[in-house]
Amino acid sequence: MAGLTLSNVTKTFGDFDAVKDVSIDVRDGEFLAVLGPSGCGKTTLLRLVAGFERVSAGQIRIGGETVSDAGGSVPPEKRRVGIVFQNYALWPHMTVAENVGYSLKVAKVDKAEARRKVDEALALVDLTGLADRRPANLSGGQRQRVALARCLVAAPSLVLFDEPLANLDVHLRASMEDEFAAFHKRTGTTIVYITHDQSEAMALADRIAVMDHGRLAQLATPRELYSEPANEMVASFIAQGIVLPAEVLSAEEGGKARVEVMGQQVTVRCRPGDGPRANASICVRTPDLEIAGEGEPGIEGTVTRAVYKGGALRIDFAPAADPDRVISFEHPGHTGFEEGARLRLRIVSGWLIPGNGPEDGQHA
Amino acid sequence: MSAPVKESRGQEMALTVAVAVVIVLLSLLPMLRLIKEIVAPGGTISDTAIRLGLASPATWTATVNTLVVGFGGTVLAVVLGTFVALLVTLTDIRGRSTLVLAYVMPLMIAPQVTALAWLQLFGPASPFLKMIGMAPPLGSRNPLYSTEGIILLLGVQYGPLVFLLVRAGLRKLPRELIEAARSGGAGWFTVLRTIVLPLMTPSIVAAAALAFVSCVGNFGIPAFLGIPANYLVLPTLIYQKLAGGGPAVLGEAAFLSVLIGVIAMAGILGQEVMSRRRDYRISSTSLPADPYELGKWRLPVEIGMWLFIVLILVLPLFGLLLTSLVPGYGIPLGWATATLDNYRFVLFEHAAARRSFFNSFALSIAAAAFAVLVAVPVGYLVAWGRHKWIRYVNLSIELPYALPGVVLAIAALLMFLRPIPFTGIQLYNTVWIILYAYLARFLVLALRPTVSGYHQIDRALEEAAQVAGAGLFTRLRTIVFPLVAPAALAGGLLIFMTALSELTVSALLWSSGSETIGVVMFSFEQGGDSSYAAAMSAITVSITFVLMLATNLLAPYLPNGVLPWRD
Ligand SMILES: Nc1ncnc2c1ncn2[C@@H]1O[C@H](COP(=O)(O)OP(=O)(O)O)[C@@H](O)[C@H]1O
Ligand SMILES: [Mg+2]
Repeated sequence: MAGLTLSNVTKTFGDFDAVKDVSIDVRDGEFLAVLGPSGCGKTTLLRLVAGFERVSAGQIRIGGETVSDAGGSVPPEKRRVGIVFQNYALWPHMTVAENVGYSLKVAKVDKAEARRKVDEALALVDLTGLADRRPANLSGGQRQRVALARCLVAAPSLVLFDEPLANLDVHLRASMEDEFAAFHKRTGTTIVYITHDQSEAMALADRIAVMDHGRLAQLATPRELYSEPANEMVASFIAQGIVLPAEVLSAEEGGKARVEVMGQQVTVRCRPGDGPRANASICVRTPDLEIAGEGEPGIEGTVTRAVYKGGALRIDFAPAADPDRVISFEHPGHTGFEEGARLRLRIVSGWLIPGNGPEDGQHA
Repeated sequence: MSAPVKESRGQEMALTVAVAVVIVLLSLLPMLRLIKEIVAPGGTISDTAIRLGLASPATWTATVNTLVVGFGGTVLAVVLGTFVALLVTLTDIRGRSTLVLAYVMPLMIAPQVTALAWLQLFGPASPFLKMIGMAPPLGSRNPLYSTEGIILLLGVQYGPLVFLLVRAGLRKLPRELIEAARSGGAGWFTVLRTIVLPLMTPSIVAAAALAFVSCVGNFGIPAFLGIPANYLVLPTLIYQKLAGGGPAVLGEAAFLSVLIGVIAMAGILGQEVMSRRRDYRISSTSLPADPYELGKWRLPVEIGMWLFIVLILVLPLFGLLLTSLVPGYGIPLGWATATLDNYRFVLFEHAAARRSFFNSFALSIAAAAFAVLVAVPVGYLVAWGRHKWIRYVNLSIELPYALPGVVLAIAALLMFLRPIPFTGIQLYNTVWIILYAYLARFLVLALRPTVSGYHQIDRALEEAAQVAGAGLFTRLRTIVFPLVAPAALAGGLLIFMTALSELTVSALLWSSGSETIGVVMFSFEQGGDSSYAAAMSAITVSITFVLMLATNLLAPYLPNGVLPWRD
């Protein structure tokens, strides 16, 4: 087991930065999820850690030892890093036991010893009895577990997962999620887990690194990501947060500040030390919104769409002041709002996105 | 039934029937005729043909020789082809597409030309060895006139075949399978040994079977290298028997040709059995693995590869060229002695040679044009048709090409020895029997790319035309043909190149007046006029090269893998 440190890692393909200036410090035994939309550089990041790609700049250390920097790269076979691939990558010409025992065979571990370790690893992923099957005769979930056992058996210092659940159906996904969590608890292995599915990341990870266009957008605990996004990208990406332009009226006091949003004054949470500025933005989520009653202050607007989502209505709301900025939120109940209905929306609270307003949140 | 329904059914029916007729005529009939000759010569069932054939010691010697050169050539082809495929596909060697082009080239050169070229390179009269002062004394034996010589050239000729199949397999190997092994602690050689090669066995076995069939059916190489040493394999034995005995020995020849067919089939069946035992289909699609970095070995490996190319391609062709410029046997070549007389002689003076150029061009063009025209509708039925039986049709079109050419040639002889019933038309001893054999044998070369062309076209394009009211024939003409034309034409060009210097079939079917380039080349070489043979070879090789380059212009419109030499 070991920690993993990325310092200012950049990977350039041609003149395209797939990973740009990323610094992450993964603690020993930590479960880190890397989350981001497709194409944001997650797989590239993982392949850099595994040693299949060389860094263009920056440095990667595993357990305190430098494995990649501009000067050179420790080859993958010497890194003691386990990988679970999205397509499992089981070798079709080997049995389950041979797949799992491969790294032991390569390391010329004594046969009996190897057999014992393989059995142990198979027991750990609940596959005892399937040792002599071929991968082709296994279900998707079983293949996933074989892949897990295969990387476990070598006692890697670090296990990397590349969207391991993307190929499974919804039910299996939930149960594998539980298994991964149990596996992490049992083994205490350092894990870097790549996914584009935020609920997966939220459920599993100690911390989440959100990536955007090759950059690290925010590295924080799931709770913090949700309630205190560091920039507009994270705010809108996580749980479909609503980002609204705002002007900060007062300096921070007790973690709160006054802002004006679309003509309405609201007290929102903020970072210590934040102060009055124009062109700020806030992040609000469904629980922060209320339908204003008669005579109460609120944002005037029209319902442009109301879709029943089972237990709640998803409402698209166009503020009169800025009709192009559609606010989508959920409202419990299933009646009362038709398309075209006029409505006043009250923002009860929110989070003041730190920084100097929208310019900072924008990426090239 | 309403009239429009009838019309559309009618057109489809007409197409299906036409395709069926072509297939029966070109592939089923000859095979059946051949089998009849073996089991029921003269009309009644008997085993005399088989017994007579098996009793002859020449049969046994030739069979053993066929197996020896077949296995030897296959092993060499598999080793060479696989090695080059691994090197070119998995490492960061530079100049990859040029390398592929150069390595695949021998496949596009007729076997007898390969044989001639190598003979000219190593023989005592070799202008090249003379130039570098290493020629053995005149009258000494050419080392290539031997079993080893035949095996060597078969390996060189069919290594590219193995290369193409293994390379295609390697390209489908998902990189994760390699990367999983590497993070499991395996270095590159361990990965190669434990992951890559085992996963490539289906490709390698399939390639080996194909190489084996090609080796046992090859005529040109054992004809040029074996006959002078009196080392006969089955195809050359058949040739000698027919050349000596004429139609009288046709029954015996039929038995021998079926024997080759059986050996070739055994190779194919062996592959089936092996690949059923180890069926590991790789289903996931992914990027190919990152090339292995050769590091400080890169330059030496590249130099080694190019030396290899020089050895198997450049030097032999250079030898061929030099011989074609020599004024007479054994005369050293220099600026003063070099002459184009040989070219003038074969192109303008020698009547049979002159005729052969005309014949081969006409035959190749006719075979190519016919195949393109037939491949479009047949491919339509195979790729998009609703009938299950069409798959078997596809198989039966493969047969005349998959089986050694000798088999088809003998079948054609049997069919057309007598005038065609009811019509009285005589094909035997005319150029038409060769045309028939070419049509049957090479159709598949146009069909394969056409079918893969169909698979790449969105069927909705045709359906849109259908919705717009176009009948089947209109759709075929206005929509389908233009779309698959590049693939079909590329197939036609492959046929043209293959047929132009074809020897195996025409050696058995030619007659005075219907000589082909291959036949005349062969008889020049047998008569000791290597320079004339070399001049003819040089001409056909140049035509092939020019066509290959010209075909590259079609490449952007073609499905992948249609042009074997293009990477
Ligand atoms: N070998 C490569 N060469 C060029 N571009 C690449 C290569 N690998 C990845 N990329 C590009 O880098 C970007 C990030 O890819 P990837 O890391 O696979 O994203 P993700 O896994 O987040 O979907 C993509 O735009 C992809 O096209
Ligand atoms: Mg990815």
